[in-house]
Amino acid sequence: MSTINHPVSSHDLHHAHHDPGFVRKYIFSTDHKIIGIQFLITTLIMLMFGGALALAVRWQLAFPWSYVPILGNMIEQFALQGGQMSPEFYTMLFTMHASVMIFLVIIPVLAGAFGNFLIPLMIGADDMAFPVLNMLSYWFMWPAIFCFTMATGLGAGLNGVEGATAGAAAGWTSYPVLSAIQAAAPGSGAAQNWWLLGLTLVGVSSMMGSVNYMTTIINMRAPGMTLFRMPLTIWAMFITAILQAFALPVLTAAGFMQLSDRVFGTTFFIPGGLDINNTDPSVGGGQPLLWQHLFWFYSHPAVYIMLLPAMGMVSDMLAATCRKPIFGYKPMVYSLAAIAGLGFIVWGHHMFTSGMNPALGMTFMVSTMMIALPSAIKVFNWIGTIWGGRPVFNTIFLNCVAFISMFIVGGLSGIFMAAVPVDVYFHDTYFIVAHFHYVLFGATLFGVFAGIHFWFPKMFGRTMNDTVGKMHFVLTFIGFNCTFFPMHLLGISGLPRRYADPYIHPYLEHLLNMNQFMTISAMLMGVAQFLLLGNFFYSMFFGKKCGRNPWNANGLEWTAPSPPGHGNFDIPPICYRGPYEYSSPLVPDQDYLPQTHRLTSVPNPNPTTAT
Amino acid sequence: MKRLWVAFFMFWPLLAVVVCWFAADMNWWLPRHDGTIGGAEGVTTAFSPIGQRIDDLFHLILIITSVVFVGTHIALGYVVWGGAKNVDEGRKSVFTHGSHNLEVMWTIIPAGVLLFIALYQMDTWAEYRVKSTYPEKALRTPIAEITARQFEWRIRYPAPGREFASDAEVDQWLMGPQPGDLYSVNELHVPTNRPVIVHLRSMDVQHSFFVPKLRVKQDAVPGSIIPIKFEVTKPGEYELLCAELCGWGHYKMGAKLIGRNTQGHAAAIEKMRHDQEYDGITQPADSVVDQTESTTRMARTN
Repeated sequence: MSTINHPVSSHDLHHAHHDPGFVRKYIFSTDHKIIGIQFLITTLIMLMFGGALALAVRWQLAFPWSYVPILGNMIEQFALQGGQMSPEFYTMLFTMHASVMIFLVIIPVLAGAFGNFLIPLMIGADDMAFPVLNMLSYWFMWPAIFCFTMATGLGAGLNGVEGATAGAAAGWTSYPVLSAIQAAAPGSGAAQNWWLLGLTLVGVSSMMGSVNYMTTIINMRAPGMTLFRMPLTIWAMFITAILQAFALPVLTAAGFMQLSDRVFGTTFFIPGGLDINNTDPSVGGGQPLLWQHLFWFYSHPAVYIMLLPAMGMVSDMLAATCRKPIFGYKPMVYSLAAIAGLGFIVWGHHMFTSGMNPALGMTFMVSTMMIALPSAIKVFNWIGTIWGGRPVFNTIFLNCVAFISMFIVGGLSGIFMAAVPVDVYFHDTYFIVAHFHYVLFGATLFGVFAGIHFWFPKMFGRTMNDTVGKMHFVLTFIGFNCTFFPMHLLGISGLPRRYADPYIHPYLEHLLNMNQFMTISAMLMGVAQFLLLGNFFYSMFFGKKCGRNPWNANGLEWTAPSPPGHGNFDIPPICYRGPYEYSSPLVPDQDYLPQTHRLTSVPNPNPTTAT
Repeated sequence: MKRLWVAFFMFWPLLAVVVCWFAADMNWWLPRHDGTIGGAEGVTTAFSPIGQRIDDLFHLILIITSVVFVGTHIALGYVVWGGAKNVDEGRKSVFTHGSHNLEVMWTIIPAGVLLFIALYQMDTWAEYRVKSTYPEKALRTPIAEITARQFEWRIRYPAPGREFASDAEVDQWLMGPQPGDLYSVNELHVPTNRPVIVHLRSMDVQHSFFVPKLRVKQDAVPGSIIPIKFEVTKPGEYELLCAELCGWGHYKMGAKLIGRNTQGHAAAIEKMRHDQEYDGITQPADSVVDQTESTTRMARTN
C-alpha cells in the first residue's frame, strides 16, 4: 500500500513561489495543521462555555432557588424574580452542557484538532487527501455553534416565547415525545429545531473529517509505513473514522425524522391519542422507542469516538515519556478494533428499563460485559508500558497516569450498569453521571491535556511552561475527583439525575451538604482551566523555543520542522520501523531510534520503495 | 519530588476506599426504609425480594470491582515508583515489546470474571421480567393501572373484589375505565407480602416509575402499557419518583407507594370506595349498590 505520493522535485516546483496571503493561510486555510489548530482553539473556547453551563447547573444543585451570581442580573426575567433561575432554565442548562461538551468539545477536539494535526504528520504525508473538504469540515462547525447558541433560548423569541425559559430542554438524548411535540415543554418550541439543526451540522462536519481521515490513512502513508508500523494514535483515529462513517448516518436520519415530526407532522415517534398539556390529542401511530434505538445506535459508538483517539494518544505519549516500547502493540491494536466492533452491538444497555423486550436485555448485557474486556487489556498494557521504564515526570506523563487511573474507575463503574438488574436501580441516577464523567472528562480530557502539552511544540515551535502545566494538572485532578467521586455515592443513595431540586423528597434531604462540597470543587476546577488557557496562549508567543524533536520521540512528525511549513516535511520521510523503539540496544548511545533513522548494519526492510 | 507524585496518585484511591467504607454510616448508601443511619440492619435493606436480589448483586460486583480497583492502582503505583527509582539510579529502560503469556493471562482471567457476572445475574432478571416465570395468580390480579402525566401519577384500581378469569379479561380492563373502578392521584396502595403487578402507561411524554427503596424502576412509554412486577415485604410508605426527564417539573413529580398487609389493604380500598361514591347526601351503605348498578346501566345504554 505504501507509495511515494509526492516526489520532492515536483512538490517544490509547484509551491516554491506561492504565498497564499493571510486569509488563505490562517482563516480559510486548507492546510491540515492550521485547521487542526483552529479546531483546537475553537474547542478550548467551547470547553469554557460548556464548563460555565455546568457551573450554573452545580449552583442550582448546591444552593437551590437562590440568587445566581452573574446570570441573576444578566437575564431580565431572573432579575425580576430575585435572581433565581427557573426550572425550565435548569433543564436547558444540563441539556446544552451535554450537547456543547459532546458535540462541540470532545468529538471535535479529538478527531478535529488532533486528528487533523497529527494524521498527515505521523504517517509522513504532506497534507490530507482532500484539503478543501477538510477546510469545510472546520467551517461547518460555526453554523453548528450558531445553531446550538440559538438553542439555548436566544432563538426561541422567533416562536413568540420568552427566550430565557425556552431553551432546548429535552436532554442531550432528546427523547420524544417530550422533544417532538411543541406543547410538551417551553423548550420544545423553536429551540428544539435549532438544536436538531446544530446536531445535523456537527454530523456533516464529522462525516467530512471521517471520509478524509480514512482516505488519507489508507492511501498516503510514507514509504515503509506499513499498517503495523503506524503509531497507535493513527490506529485509533482510523478506527474512530470508521465508527463515525458507519454510525453517524443513523443519527442524521433520526434527527431529520424528528425534525419532520415537528415541522411536517409525520409522527415517526409520536403515538396517537396523547393528551399533552390539554392540547388536542396527538394523531399518529409512531413509536417513541424507535428514536431511542436509532439514537443509541449512533450514540453508543459515539462514546468510543469520544475515547479511542485519547487512548491512542496516551499510548504514544506513555511510550515517549517512559522511554520504553509500548507493551503489547498488537494486542493494543486488536483491542481498539474489538472495542469498535462490539461498540455497535451494545446500544441496548441504555434501554434496560425502557420497556424493550426483556430477552433483548440479556443479549445486550452479555455484549456490554464483554466490551469491558478489551478496555481491561488496554489498561494492563499501559501499566506494562510504565513498568521498567524511566519516566520523565513532566505534565505529559502525569496527565497520562491520571488518564489510566480515571479510566479504571470509569470502566469499573460501567460494569454495575451493564448488569441488567443492578441497572434497574442505577439507571438515570447520579451513578451514571459519575460513570460517564469519569470516562469522558477523567479519561478523555486528561488525555487531551497531555496531548496539548506534548504536541504544542510541533504546533508552534515553542514549549508550554511545565510548572504551570503541573499546577493546572494538580488543581484539575483534585477538583475533578472531589466533584465527581461523590456522585457515585449520590447515585447509590438513589438521587435521580436531571432534578432541579432533589431535596423536596425527604430521603434525599441530607445530600445537600455533599452537593455543596461538589459545587465548590467544581468551581476550583473551572478556575484551574484558566491556567491552561493562559499557558497555551502565552506560550504560543513567548514560550521557550524548541527544535524539531524536544521530547526525543520516534514518530515521523518529529522529523519535520517545528512548526512544519506548507507540505510538512523538508525531506520526505521514509519509515524503517515501528514508532516505539525506545531504549533499543541497536543504538547504545541514545535511548530513542526514530522511524526514519536508517541503520546501515541492518538490511533495508523495504528495498523496492526506499531509494 | 518524583516519589511525591507516586504518593499523589496513591492517595486518592486510598481516600476513595475509605470514603466508601464509611459511606453507609454517613447515610450515603443504598436508601433504607426507615431512614436509620448505620449498619444495624445488615447489608440488604431493600424491602422487596427483587430489591434484595439487586442489592446482593450490587455488593458482589462491588467486591469484584473493588479488588480490581485496588489491584490495578497498586500496580500503577508500583510501576511509577519503579520508574522513579530507575531515573534516580540512572538505569536505562527495559527494552521489551510485551509478553505473549501475560497478554493471554490478562485476557482470559477478566473474560472469565466478566462472563461469570453476566451469567450469574441472568436468573434475577428472568424471574422479574420474563412473564412465564412470574406467578400466574399475580399476573391475573392487576393491582392498579398507573397513568403518568406532567407532573403527577393517576392511579386506577379495578372494582373491589373483582376477579379476572383470563389474560384477555385483564387486557379488556386495560383498554379503558370500567364501572366500579376506583381512582387516586399520587397515592398507590399495594398489598404487602405477595407478588403484585401494576400496569404503567403515560398520558403525555415519557416518564419513569421509580421506587428507590424497593429498587423498582420502569419507564412509562407513551402508546404502550408496560407491566411492573414486584413485591413489598414490609408495610409502610415509600417514595415514588419520576426517573425519566419529562419537562420542567420533572423533579417534583413525587408520589407515595403505600404498602399494607392484606386486611389493611382491603380496608384502604374500601375507604377509597366509600370516599369516591359517597355524595354527602344519601346514606353511603345503602346507596353504594344502587350507584354501581346505575353506572353499569348507563354504560350499557351507551
